[in-house]
Amino acid sequence: MNDREKLKASVEQWENTTVARITSRFPERKDPFTSSSGYEIQRAYTPLDIDGFDYHEDLGLPGEYPYTRGVQPTMYRGRFWTMRQYAGFASAEESNERYKYLLQQGQTGLSVAFDLPTQIGYDSDHPLSQGEVGKVGVAIDSLADMEILFDGIPLDKVSTSMTINAPAAVLLAMYIAVAEKQGVTPDKLNGTIQNDILKEYIARGTYIFPPKPSMRLITNTFEYCSKEVPDWNTISISGYHIREAGSTAAQEIAFTIADGIAYVEAAIDAGLNVDDFAPRLSFFFNSHNDLFEEIAKFRAARRLWAKIMKERFKATNPKSMMLRFHTQTAGSMLTAQQPDNNIIRVTLQALAAVLGGTQSLHTNSRDEALALPTEDAVRIALRTQQIIAYESGAGDTIDPLAGSYYIESITNEMEKMAEDYLQRIDDLGGAVVAIEQGYIQQEIQNSAYDWQKEIEDGKRVVIGVNRFTMEEESPKGLLKVDPRVGEMQEEKIRALKEKRDNEEVESTLQALKEAAATEENLMPLILNAVKAYATLGEICGVLREVFGEYQASITI
Amino acid sequence: MSNPIRVLIAKPGLDGHDRGAKVIARAFRDAGMEVIYTGLRQTPEQIVETAIQEDVDVIGMSILSGAHNHLFPRVMELLKEKDALDILVIGGGVIPDEDIPYLKECGIKEIFTPGTPTSDTIDFVRQHVKK
Repeated sequence: MNDREKLKASVEQWENTTVARITSRFPERKDPFTSSSGYEIQRAYTPLDIDGFDYHEDLGLPGEYPYTRGVQPTMYRGRFWTMRQYAGFASAEESNERYKYLLQQGQTGLSVAFDLPTQIGYDSDHPLSQGEVGKVGVAIDSLADMEILFDGIPLDKVSTSMTINAPAAVLLAMYIAVAEKQGVTPDKLNGTIQNDILKEYIARGTYIFPPKPSMRLITNTFEYCSKEVPDWNTISISGYHIREAGSTAAQEIAFTIADGIAYVEAAIDAGLNVDDFAPRLSFFFNSHNDLFEEIAKFRAARRLWAKIMKERFKATNPKSMMLRFHTQTAGSMLTAQQPDNNIIRVTLQALAAVLGGTQSLHTNSRDEALALPTEDAVRIALRTQQIIAYESGAGDTIDPLAGSYYIESITNEMEKMAEDYLQRIDDLGGAVVAIEQGYIQQEIQNSAYDWQKEIEDGKRVVIGVNRFTMEEESPKGLLKVDPRVGEMQEEKIRALKEKRDNEEVESTLQALKEAAATEENLMPLILNAVKAYATLGEICGVLREVFGEYQASITI
Repeated sequence: MSNPIRVLIAKPGLDGHDRGAKVIARAFRDAGMEVIYTGLRQTPEQIVETAIQEDVDVIGMSILSGAHNHLFPRVMELLKEKDALDILVIGGGVIPDEDIPYLKECGIKEIFTPGTPTSDTIDFVRQHVKK
């Protein structure tokens, strides 16, 4: 009998005797145990569950292909992940104060939340903006607002992530223009624009233009930044919102990577060389409740992307194969009930992200199922990361769970489930087609509905919601956005339009409009319009005229 | 047997978070109701127009962006103008408790906040729609 056969025999014997003796009297809590992605979780894992495991092929060493163990050779032994809290509300003035507070508290990067009108390319005085100005983020109408937003923050010293998609090229242009006024050249800028339109169609909803011109704007930013802003992450391909919309962990990485493939293909079709833009692609994932499934998810995503870039797209620069990612803890898992419990949820989710090798992390605040977070709540969330970093020791060795039979087995499982989805999406004709047909949305909705039913049936326990509930008083001291911010922004726009050189605005907008109808890279023209203080709504307005608007396919 | 209850699920404003809207739409449908979902970015005018055209018994609005105090009352005003206040209007989403009394004064019958079982919302609708 070889080792494997011996082990198989002893596992069988264990199941039939040691285990059976107990389970016949004391059945287990569940039968079967199942992960959110749908694979069955076994009683205990042994080498039998990672049959064919090949250390070099499956894991490699940290900083080496296929990057399963992490993209950097020293990971958190060199430097901790970037602690980056997503923030922004009301006016540029108020958000600027919050950024300075966070930097003073030891945060190491900025992350800008824009309000919905900004994200959808409307000025604050547009009729559809009513009631929305400054609500979920900061209102930015023109370069003048952006100058206030980063006032006193040296842009060559911080890295800034901007959650902006459909009008990402415009906000990036504003950032470049503000930096220029500070005397900082574009090659010194570090940061990220989310710039991921496909997941907007799938899950997040802040789209403007149809897929084709949207993909063109994205490849324009890839090309422009590869020459002018070389350290900028030109896209953050996001699974976060796909997961928030209700997907499983396996669906999250599958649909995100499917989107990634579509962007790489679009850029190659536009004539770019893969190794010129791929090193600047970055990712954004959710960190959810199931500690081990999440860790496996991050590892599987890294390995899968590395293989796709090498084998499918023939990348040769190792940086093109590295999946670098930001993580945010799962907002949809926060409960409005007993909100202090959210601090513990977030701690576990953050730990999963760290054990999974994230490059940067946002931890949610305990009050976010109720409103935008208060300063106190944000500070606790940031402290949570600092405690994991400085006190827990979780970052002292790289990929500490590697070699665990369980972790390696479910890493394989997640990768395989994602590959199956990628095959189905390829068969449909790629991510864009799969979205237009509503396939991806439908898969996510089915998972979301199943999740809700499991909670209502009591199969899934949510502490404070369907178990261990109690009577509570209404929470006090929630953050309120000043309702006058809308009027204040409208007034600012009026003043701006009187002060600026309107002829120059007109001519830069006209030039942009003409170029939009050609194949030209639009970034330099957008930058000209931004510098002339054309508003975001005006710039997106001329693009709307040329490109039209996306009509969503509705599925329930 | 009477006709099934007809429900319009609507997403007013610019908010793109539609997980809740879609889950409740499906739960209503599974409970035997007829459900129309508007999709994203509906103005109050569009919502009221659709509700009247589709002859619904219930409008359920979902909003997570914080714009509820502006958009929900506007829907009620328009329903009043169109003499359609017999439609039961309910809301859901991230809505602070302290905003709820004002929304109810405007005529929203109930606000369902995060964590509400869909069965509670279904029961509420069955109790309040006279059919």
